Amino acid sequence: MTNSWTDIKNTDLVIIMGGNAAEAHPCGFKWVTEAKATRGAKLVVVDPRFTRSAAVADYYAPIRQGTDIAFLLGVINYLIQNDKIQWDYVKAFTNVGYIVKEGFGYQDGLFTGYDEMKRDYNRSTWDYEIGPDGYAVVDNTLQHPRCVFNLLKQHVSVYTPELVERITGTPKDKFLKVASMMAECSSPTKTMTSMYALGWTQHSKGSQNIRCMAMIQLLLGNIGVRGGGMNALRGHSNIQGLTDIGLMSNLIPGYLTIPTEKEPDFNAYMSTRGFKPLRPNQMSYWQNYKKFFVSFQKAMWGASATADNNWAYDYLPKLDVPAYDVLRAFELMKQGKMNIYFCQGFNPLQAFPNKAKLAEALAKLKLLVIMDPLETETARFWENHGVYNQADPSKIQTEVIQLPTTCFAEDNGSLVNSGRWLQWHWAAGTPPGDAKPDTYIMAQIHLRLKEMYKKDGGAFPDPIVNLTWNYKDPHEPSPDELAKELNGYVVSDVFDPNDPTKKVLEAGKQVPTFGVLRDDGSTAAGCWIYSGCYTEAGNMMARRDNSDPDDTGAYLKWSFAWPANRRIIYNRASCNIDGKPWDDTRKLIWWDGAKWTGYDVPDIAPTAKPQDVGPFIMNPEGVSRLFTRGMMRDGPFPVHYEPFESPVANLIAPKVRGNPVARVFKDDFAQFADVASKEFPYAATSYRLTEHFHYWTKNNHVNSVLQPEFFVEISEQLAKEKSIQNAGWVRVWSKRGSVFAKAYVTKRIRPLMVDGKPVHIVGIPIHWGFVGAAKKGFPANVLTPFVGDANIETPEFKAFLVNIEPSTGPVA
Amino acid sequence: MFPPIPNPTTAPVAPKMSDADLVRRSASGSPSQVEFKEPVAKLIDVSKCIGCKACQSACLEWNELHEEIGTFNGTYTNPPDLTPASLTLMRFTEWVNPETDNLEWLIRKDGCMHCADPGCLKACPAPGAIVQYSNGIVDFDHAKCIGCGYCVKGCPFNIPRISQVDHKAYKCTLCSDRVAVGQGPACQKACPTQAIVFGTKTQMKEWAEGRIKDLKSRGYKNAGLYDPPGVGGTHVMYVLQHADKPSIYAGLPDNPRISPIVEAWKGVTKYVGLGVMGFAALAGALHYLVNGANKVSPEDEANAEKLAADKLSSGGRS
Repeated sequence: MTNSWTDIKNTDLVIIMGGNAAEAHPCGFKWVTEAKATRGAKLVVVDPRFTRSAAVADYYAPIRQGTDIAFLLGVINYLIQNDKIQWDYVKAFTNVGYIVKEGFGYQDGLFTGYDEMKRDYNRSTWDYEIGPDGYAVVDNTLQHPRCVFNLLKQHVSVYTPELVERITGTPKDKFLKVASMMAECSSPTKTMTSMYALGWTQHSKGSQNIRCMAMIQLLLGNIGVRGGGMNALRGHSNIQGLTDIGLMSNLIPGYLTIPTEKEPDFNAYMSTRGFKPLRPNQMSYWQNYKKFFVSFQKAMWGASATADNNWAYDYLPKLDVPAYDVLRAFELMKQGKMNIYFCQGFNPLQAFPNKAKLAEALAKLKLLVIMDPLETETARFWENHGVYNQADPSKIQTEVIQLPTTCFAEDNGSLVNSGRWLQWHWAAGTPPGDAKPDTYIMAQIHLRLKEMYKKDGGAFPDPIVNLTWNYKDPHEPSPDELAKELNGYVVSDVFDPNDPTKKVLEAGKQVPTFGVLRDDGSTAAGCWIYSGCYTEAGNMMARRDNSDPDDTGAYLKWSFAWPANRRIIYNRASCNIDGKPWDDTRKLIWWDGAKWTGYDVPDIAPTAKPQDVGPFIMNPEGVSRLFTRGMMRDGPFPVHYEPFESPVANLIAPKVRGNPVARVFKDDFAQFADVASKEFPYAATSYRLTEHFHYWTKNNHVNSVLQPEFFVEISEQLAKEKSIQNAGWVRVWSKRGSVFAKAYVTKRIRPLMVDGKPVHIVGIPIHWGFVGAAKKGFPANVLTPFVGDANIETPEFKAFLVNIEPSTGPVA
Repeated sequence: MFPPIPNPTTAPVAPKMSDADLVRRSASGSPSQVEFKEPVAKLIDVSKCIGCKACQSACLEWNELHEEIGTFNGTYTNPPDLTPASLTLMRFTEWVNPETDNLEWLIRKDGCMHCADPGCLKACPAPGAIVQYSNGIVDFDHAKCIGCGYCVKGCPFNIPRISQVDHKAYKCTLCSDRVAVGQGPACQKACPTQAIVFGTKTQMKEWAEGRIKDLKSRGYKNAGLYDPPGVGGTHVMYVLQHADKPSIYAGLPDNPRISPIVEAWKGVTKYVGLGVMGFAALAGALHYLVNGANKVSPEDEANAEKLAADKLSSGGRS
């Protein structure tokens, strides 16, 4: 989230698209009902199904899954055509006037530089024209034909309301109603918040879905303001923490990046991470990259990371591929190239696509280690459960070790919520049986490995042998110790360069903020963005003061929000170019003539003059980007691409299948249904229900009472066509597998008219499996395709093709 | 936001409700003079409800009830009806508004309405099995319940359910145990959107007015409060988007009244019935005088244990 849950109460318009907040985030949804009840805010829901969010919405518009970009580019076109743009904001705070390099172009769904064989672009033309002064060239009059605004205007002009209806199935009048409600928020005193979740991420163009709405929010002047923002509702209670800590193969904590093979030494690595400002006076905060990186290396390897060995740069692995994401891991497993898999708090046999492929891959492992508080399907993948899990244990040689872990309520620690708040929690119960904290288990593995490397040596034992491990009990690092390490501490005394008698930082003390981190090895921090969470003043995450002066929704004394306890990021943009709030009734921070002050921690240097320094301090431009240069693999502007399995061809680019740069493994392509397939005519989507949380709560009796059995949702029209009875059995199958389910024949799903042809939707909840208290059932991933987003590889769970028929149910 | 009820102190407190606060007892004369305490009410704002079932879950957990895991029955309403264990239930109705042709998904939390004039209490022949407190809460005393089912007949909302395990009637108590220590009911505590709020009936009516105003501003011209006069008003009230048509909300009675048969029972017939019961009591007293107090034999103990075990395995109340 750019904003916070509590800030949603400040909005005028909530748009829920690409998510289902009432159903999947019922607790946070209280702030939507609050905005509605106290501000008279309106709620709009755009979704293929009439969801529980739609049940409390002021306006609902249906949309075919996987066509959000067409809808949103249609909105941008509407805003431009009707001049519903907050121009003062856009001109001051976006790259709308930046001139794009000669040679950049777009045609038939593709940008310049496409290589069909590689399924990738040469992105060299996707950039600004750089002037002789080394800065990007800007035309503030917006007259230049290659300025971002004119390129954007041209790019979206095809997405007329008529074309939007033909692609998305959203009736034109409903589209126009939603567009006009959004357009009202171009006023500086009206804001809209975007609440989205996996309904946008789980597509082969998920990142661009989100980007597209971010562009709308910029055009409306809704970023950095109270009641605005791009608000990602995270699907797990600590998935925000997972990304912050960099629990991905290509990341280092705090959104630093793992080196690649092309960066064999530290200089090569840093050469692309200098982040020189692209405009005069700009902060370009990533210029501090080296401070954060060196401090990370010091936290990892302490005295072994020195200036002489380039801060132990060689200890870091160098990626030979863009990332070892989960899809790639299972592909490698299936090919027999990955032999051991540690599965910690993760149930991939349910949570990743194409269950049959996953099971085949797991069966090729030599060793599978499961660390989980619950019994999982993945741990039992080898067990035969009839139709629910057909396996032949006699043919599977994988050794499976289950290590029971503690649950979050049995342990102290912190969870990071969607609003970036690190909230400390305290153990409420004792773990059952032999369950141990994950940290204990990992410490055991580490200490044993360390011992073996010390004794037996190896190709390169240094990163393991020299890993810092200064915990009171080396066998079980405590949550407090780990949190302090993430916050960072002073390694050696630092003196004021102007007055060497004055000690600025004292060795052994916790750092107060990432602002003091240094690139000379005198500071250490495990995750720079968390600096400030556990300081000399104590555990800031454990703060529980819910005072909120003037009811702004900031709650600065409750827990700790990264970065620097800031609750709304880019908050300098809540003021105009002169530092005056756009909306006096919703002030956040302001320029008092000498410095920035207000209710939130300013997201800018405190004395940075408003006219000089732009609010988007992480960008070398100082402004935000409507044109995103070469930073996304699939284009500097979003384009409508159909899902890989689509009931229709792409209307704007019939030759382009799916996202043209999404990675598809060879065997998986063969397992996609054809475009407009007769064999698989129905557009399916998968989703969560309020009563369950993923695959956990089917282990719980009460949750299983509230939603006991697997079902699929279809319209009355499709039910009639296929002679399917409500609550009767059906079989649903895709090119990858087949499931039996009860049918829910509902008015909440209606067929959509797509370019003159009805498209039927089949809705598939994800929660059932072959372990747990609930009735045995099938998980949705039996059906889903093995392909991910082009930028971050989130699987395309939200749009695929199936067929359906009435059935007598499974034969056990 | 409605001001949340503060968490309770961890120190022991004297209960705020006791037998001294009873204003009515079934099949009994009026209790002696009691001080009427301020009537309480639970307000269920259907327009704010997201159907998450946190209330249902909290009810099962607070009251330590064990409901069966059922099957999918063609709706999100699970279980399909109230049971002796499910004292509250989210009922989902897909309703197409004939005026707008828009679908509305109406989600109503069903359960005891705690009528000011409770039909169940009036119908109940077991002395003191159903009681009403001065704050309006209608509660069942299971030790005195004889499982006759008259309360079911007497209820205009079809709420009480008779357990097949212990043959007693069960319904929502408005968490009288929580209210007695100054807390709101468990369902209210669990509700994430304040679709359920709890306080004095006056406060609830005032709060409802604000909600109705908001709904009218959004085009629900018939938004209103459901506090049916036919039962003297209720201590569980609804804010409805379409208060002119309560029955579209999964059969909420348009104009609930106590059945005339029950009213008649409350009149002359009741005294005849009471006479019969008086006779039974007399017979019991005689039995005591002749045979002494009933003793629990080892056989009785064994039977009771077996019953308890059956209850657990068959998923009754635990």
